[in-house]
Amino acid sequence: MSDSPEVANSGKAVVTTIGDRQIEVVREFDAPRHLVFRAYTEPELIKRWWAGRRATVTVAEVDLRVGGNYRYAARAKEGFEEGFEAALREVAFRGTFKEVVANERLVYTEIYEGQPDEEALTTVTFEESDGRTVLRMLVEMGSPETRDLMASQMEVGVQEGFDVIDEIVAELG
Amino acid sequence: MARAATTSDVFNAVAEPRRRQMLELLAGGERSVGELVAGLGTSQPQVSKHLRVLLEVELVSVRREGRHRLYRLQGQGLKQIHDWAGRFEPLWQERFDELDAVVQELKNEEEGVSSDER
Repeated sequence: MSDSPEVANSGKAVVTTIGDRQIEVVREFDAPRHLVFRAYTEPELIKRWWAGRRATVTVAEVDLRVGGNYRYAARAKEGFEEGFEAALREVAFRGTFKEVVANERLVYTEIYEGQPDEEALTTVTFEESDGRTVLRMLVEMGSPETRDLMASQMEVGVQEGFDVIDEIVAELG
Repeated sequence: MARAATTSDVFNAVAEPRRRQMLELLAGGERSVGELVAGLGTSQPQVSKHLRVLLEVELVSVRREGRHRLYRLQGQGLKQIHDWAGRFEPLWQERFDELDAVVQELKNEEEGVSSDER
């Protein structure tokens, strides 16, 4: 049955580092890729997921064509302000689309407005098989510093390189 | 060199594989430079260079014992970055969980429409 709720490998994003400047996040969805692509690129849908659960998207502007720009901003929900820019309690990312292949592939630059000198290049692919879609997001940093910055905002705890920290902290109790 | 130890410097410090190995060795207890050189199989200048970085961001402390300098892991420094990182850790998990919910809704809408059409 294609609608079994729990299928191996689905439901959890897997984050890995590749070399010293790339991070890959892979997530499987139980839906065809044109729907995943829509949710990933349409402003009204982006507003519903991009900020996660601890923040609210305040801006989602997307000009989805090669050379077109996007800008997302999010504001922390009450009680979750700590990780956000102190002054504004808001974070914003912007960038430009370099490749747009509907339902298949996106390549875009990514700049965190708090650190506008650092630019990342992100490639997202949508692969469909048996009605399911694997979304693969590869973020390539301009410098190791950008990588560390971005990594720290991703899933640091499961990154290979940081496992040792978890172990040591666990030992410290 | 006059830079203050900030959290991102701590991240830079642990981003280097050799330095992570050193932290692992130091997690086993105090070590001299010679012991670190032996444990890592790398040169003393390399070890000293990495130790300077770890000392600067206060992940490691040093004390003198006779003619030796002994290096020790500063658990608080690590705990600090662990806690700091922990705040961001669920972000992508969360984003894609939320994205999944949107996608499932689109799927239900589409299946509703297409079963009407069929």
